[in-house]
Amino acid sequence: MSLDYDHLVQEDRVHRALYTDPAIFAAEMSNIFGATWIYVAHESEIPNPNDFITRKLGLRPVIVLRDANDKLRVLFNRCTHRGTTLCRHEKGNARAFQCPYHGWNFLNTGKLRGVPWADGYSSDIKDPKFNVAQVPRVESYRGFIFATLNEAAPPLLTWLGPITRPIDEWLDRNPGGKVFVCEANRFKFKGNWKLAYDNSSDGYHVIYSHRSLLEMENRLADESNKGMAYYKNSPDALPMYVQYMGNGHHFKDKRPNLQPRPGGLWAIESTHPGMEHAQDMFRAKYGERAESLLDLAGSEPVNVNIFPNLSLLGNHIQVFQPVSVDETDAIWYGTRIEDVNGDIGDALPTINALRMRTQEGFPNFGEVDDLANFEQIQRGLQCPEDEWIYMNRGLGLPDRIKHNPDGTITAPATDEVFMREYIKEWKKLMQARPELTIQREP
Amino acid sequence: MTMAAVSQDPSVASYYVDDAFYGALVARFTGWQDEARLIGDYPERDLFRALLEREARVLDQHDYDSWLAMLTRACVYWAPGTPQAGDPRTEIAVMFDDRRRLEDRIYRLRTGYAWSQAPVSRTVRLITNVEVFEAEDADHRMLRSNFLISEFWDNQVRVLTGWCGHHMEKTDGRWLIRAKQINLIDCDQCIRNPSIIL
Repeated sequence: MSLDYDHLVQEDRVHRALYTDPAIFAAEMSNIFGATWIYVAHESEIPNPNDFITRKLGLRPVIVLRDANDKLRVLFNRCTHRGTTLCRHEKGNARAFQCPYHGWNFLNTGKLRGVPWADGYSSDIKDPKFNVAQVPRVESYRGFIFATLNEAAPPLLTWLGPITRPIDEWLDRNPGGKVFVCEANRFKFKGNWKLAYDNSSDGYHVIYSHRSLLEMENRLADESNKGMAYYKNSPDALPMYVQYMGNGHHFKDKRPNLQPRPGGLWAIESTHPGMEHAQDMFRAKYGERAESLLDLAGSEPVNVNIFPNLSLLGNHIQVFQPVSVDETDAIWYGTRIEDVNGDIGDALPTINALRMRTQEGFPNFGEVDDLANFEQIQRGLQCPEDEWIYMNRGLGLPDRIKHNPDGTITAPATDEVFMREYIKEWKKLMQARPELTIQREP
Repeated sequence: MTMAAVSQDPSVASYYVDDAFYGALVARFTGWQDEARLIGDYPERDLFRALLEREARVLDQHDYDSWLAMLTRACVYWAPGTPQAGDPRTEIAVMFDDRRRLEDRIYRLRTGYAWSQAPVSRTVRLITNVEVFEAEDADHRMLRSNFLISEFWDNQVRVLTGWCGHHMEKTDGRWLIRAKQINLIDCDQCIRNPSIIL
């Protein structure tokens, strides 16, 4: 089947093949998860020289590491001899990787250090072709490490563009503008990865998909105002909004729904283990400062979605990891804070403990229902004769969608404009003929 | 009942999960499986085995009220996200529920809108290898047991497996679960639909 992307992606709808066709998935693993900047790890996961963590770039197993000279590298986890993966640990600290098959030994720069019985080779074992392949471009934006195999891709900062503003704001509410990854809630679902990305700014599903969560969060509340309760009634009339940020990135900003004061975030936080203890203790001990300290444990009401595989929401760093056309891992890395500027003091352990508990809330009581629905979309799309799925909410309504001078597009919270726009970027990338390259140490 | 008494109810407000609580919990679940503290008394082991079997049965039957009654008021239900369990103050867990959040969890399952449990999973739990360890006094015991949960959901049967640590406390002559630590063998891996009570 030849893939006519102009036919498959239309103004108001997309073809089911985007989610079901293994050929499209295979092309995505090059044209998107290869040719664009892909989030691979957070610097706090590899803080020290020689720290490494194993990840995937698309389907390619890679080792993301900080070498002895502090240079970030993304090595293919693949021995140059017979193709074996070099490292089977999820993380650690290592100056070198020795292949478990024949014992070829590589420095973490990728350079081959030695092989058993080198005198058995007629060719020069020091030839650079035996050094481990690595991703030619690795860049970090404020701790988020991205990599691409595409030498022609724009610089990371250009690619991110206007989405850097919400990234900055998400970071800057934390001490020193820094967060530290601390384990994760890890999920698998039997569905295409785009089902998760489609949903990541979707304000339309909240009230029904998360009805059990909203009822649960508000079962003890005086007013039903906890969590995402602002989606009840008329969400599109509220100041929250969705914004398309270019290059496939989009942003859901629910902060305008909060009372603009310290503690405004904490005021809508639903119930979590230890919260009344922390609240009373902070208010007694720290007075006015208590509210901003509590806000640090609260879930920031934004979804900062960086195409194609990264989403900052609440205090989570969520990663979408494709496995196959109908299987995806969704990993919700938790974050803690450190007292970078020395102004948190002895409140820090309580803030972090509470922050762990607030972060467990949505994955446990919200995400599971999203993933169940994504799986059922994948199943519904097994009807080949019913070809289209729609993303036309808001399309064609007058005065609803605003085009901003910086090229971004703003719309009410339940609008699907972000889907229509990001899928255009997807189409552009899928129609391109990118040249993917690898690099080896000389 | 006075307002203060109401606000201290762990089903309504969470005051007991403070730093001292976390510290004691981490200490309790560190190094407790000590051969020297293993209780070789078979009637006592049978008593706790019967209790764990009852827990498995009421959970399989979705009889959550009976299950909640098996736990102390100030309880904890903890599924760590790493094999060495770690410190829940600095690591997010697969699940970490106090009394109120456990009741939240059950409330949500009963709303009829928890799509991850619609239809509801059918489960059969096997609880084996029960060992009883002494704790600080005769009113406290630590239990280790292995579990294998067969879960039928979405047209297939899958297995969730691992081991549990139960901190048992004797209250008014009854043994209650004060802390349940569920150690899934794949706790640090991506898990499909982890929405049942373990």
